[in-house]
Amino acid sequence: MTVVSTLSRTAGRPRSRSSAWRGLLYIAPAMALVILFFVIPVIVTAWMSLHNWPLMGAQRWIGINNYVRMIHDARFLSALRFTALYTIIATIAIFAVAFPLALFVEKQRRFVGAYRTVIFLPVVVGLATASLLWVWLANVDSGFIGPLLIALGITERSPNLLASFDSAFLTIIVMVVWKIAGFTMIILLTGLQAIPADIVEAARIDGAKRWQRFRYLTLPLMRRTIALALIISVTGSILAFDQFYIMTAGGPQNRMISVVYYIFNQSFVSFNLGYGASLSIVLLAILVAISIVQLWLLKVGDEKA
Amino acid sequence: MTMTQTARAQTPVMTGSIATTAANEAAKAARARRKRNGAMAYHTVGAAIVLFFLAPFAIAFLASFRSGTEGMTPPLPPWPTTGFSLDSYRSLDTFGAGVWQHTLNSLVVSLATVVLTVAISLLAGYGFSRYRFPLKNTLFVLIIATLMIPFQSILTPLFIILAKLGLNNSLFGLVLVYVTLQLPFSVFMMRNAFDAVPKEIEEAARIDGARDLKLLVRVLLPLVLPGAATVAIFAFLNAWNEFLAALVLLSSNDNYTMPVLMMAVRAGRLGAINWGAVQAGVVVMTIPCLIIFLLLQRYYMRGLMAGAVK
Repeated sequence: MTVVSTLSRTAGRPRSRSSAWRGLLYIAPAMALVILFFVIPVIVTAWMSLHNWPLMGAQRWIGINNYVRMIHDARFLSALRFTALYTIIATIAIFAVAFPLALFVEKQRRFVGAYRTVIFLPVVVGLATASLLWVWLANVDSGFIGPLLIALGITERSPNLLASFDSAFLTIIVMVVWKIAGFTMIILLTGLQAIPADIVEAARIDGAKRWQRFRYLTLPLMRRTIALALIISVTGSILAFDQFYIMTAGGPQNRMISVVYYIFNQSFVSFNLGYGASLSIVLLAILVAISIVQLWLLKVGDEKA
Repeated sequence: MTMTQTARAQTPVMTGSIATTAANEAAKAARARRKRNGAMAYHTVGAAIVLFFLAPFAIAFLASFRSGTEGMTPPLPPWPTTGFSLDSYRSLDTFGAGVWQHTLNSLVVSLATVVLTVAISLLAGYGFSRYRFPLKNTLFVLIIATLMIPFQSILTPLFIILAKLGLNNSLFGLVLVYVTLQLPFSVFMMRNAFDAVPKEIEEAARIDGARDLKLLVRVLLPLVLPGAATVAIFAFLNAWNEFLAALVLLSSNDNYTMPVLMMAVRAGRLGAINWGAVQAGVVVMTIPCLIIFLLLQRYYMRGLMAGAVK
């Protein structure tokens, strides 16, 4: 081994420059795509955000006016508020379902593999597909949920779930939990299974009750995993678009316009490309900030563990 | 719990009297009963969970085979009561350029994304794993760092750049965007896969005269195939399911992928939505995902874990 590596190193010395070029050649296609479709677009977005940029006609430099405009844009602020509300409620709902599910499928017993697989199935279909499926299920005349609620004796007439804000919001939350809980469950499951069995056993022998073991052993040891699952859920919810666009088309009285939906409307419906770009930069800044918090959280988790 | 069990196991050895044996038997029976009840409670809860997660799929699948008039009524029962019918799929076919065309669009986009993503991340993973060149770590971090940037925020420039390249409203343009979105995860996966291959294998192959691409394809590819499979599955599912970029970047009816076509179905005609066509569309979009996942679950989960640990 040592001989081989020394040999190849001495032999490789003269061709090390050509080897460097070859390495760059291998990564060139990937770099080209990332630069063309990621780095340049980010720079262009920042550039556009400083302009009045209509679809047709000349662009005009307006400095930070777009950013000033958004502070007074009531619809943008309400989109921000709505996205924050959705992110918080969806994340809580997903965790409230996914954590018990992870505990439920943790131990090896009969059918547990099948349970995991079934719970995970909705994760692999698209959010757009799931939204379409649920908009039908929730439909007042042809859906399934209405008759189900009547059969359960909860309502007398089939309710128009997507017509009022509260029930539409609830329907979307149920859909998202159905779609995403399996994913969060698997992430949490990896954390649960990483807890050494002998520690739990020792706590049990020391007389720690089930709840105590969960509160003082499981939760602290899962900090890192929980932080990760939390961040994934939060970033995913902030970028939500499909479910509002497909299920409620912005919702009753346009109250379900998320940030991405608002950017979409500004850029591709009203064609205020410059203003849309400045909103995009704000969205981008929020997500980069969350990523930095994520890295920090995971690092802190590392030190504690 | 464990302590009491050990204590109980020791009693017969110590006493051995008939009374304790009988008590022991009773305790054992009680424990067995409790265990059976516990298992029954467990699987009752399990059945409820399965019902919640499986029912929407099952209802949509069964309901999509009801006849045209039945398709507009609530799915009670969800299965066809007036005979098996493909009416829903026929009415889905009347939207856009027909269901075959749009399914084909989706398939072409997804498979092209798979092929290009695997090829490009294979090369890049190999380059990053085996070669030394200036700025190597910076470039690697640059690729991974794009994970932080939501593509939703750069759609306008993407639209403009594709138009400049003459790729506006083109499926190939959409594929290039999808491949780029897959690269951070894929390059990361493939670099790890190559890192796990011992260098000695390469040395031996080199001595046997295999070089460069031949070495990569003939000798190393089989060794990193599991990683490539993971990359391929994620590329397929993400491209097949993606909605927003397709909605923005495709502008002519004929090029729509399935999710974009479904917006026309969802919007309805003359104020009436054909729910049968919605059910059929959901089934068409769901089936490939479920089949791929169920067949290649192992590779999918590997990718998920790799993503999670990162």
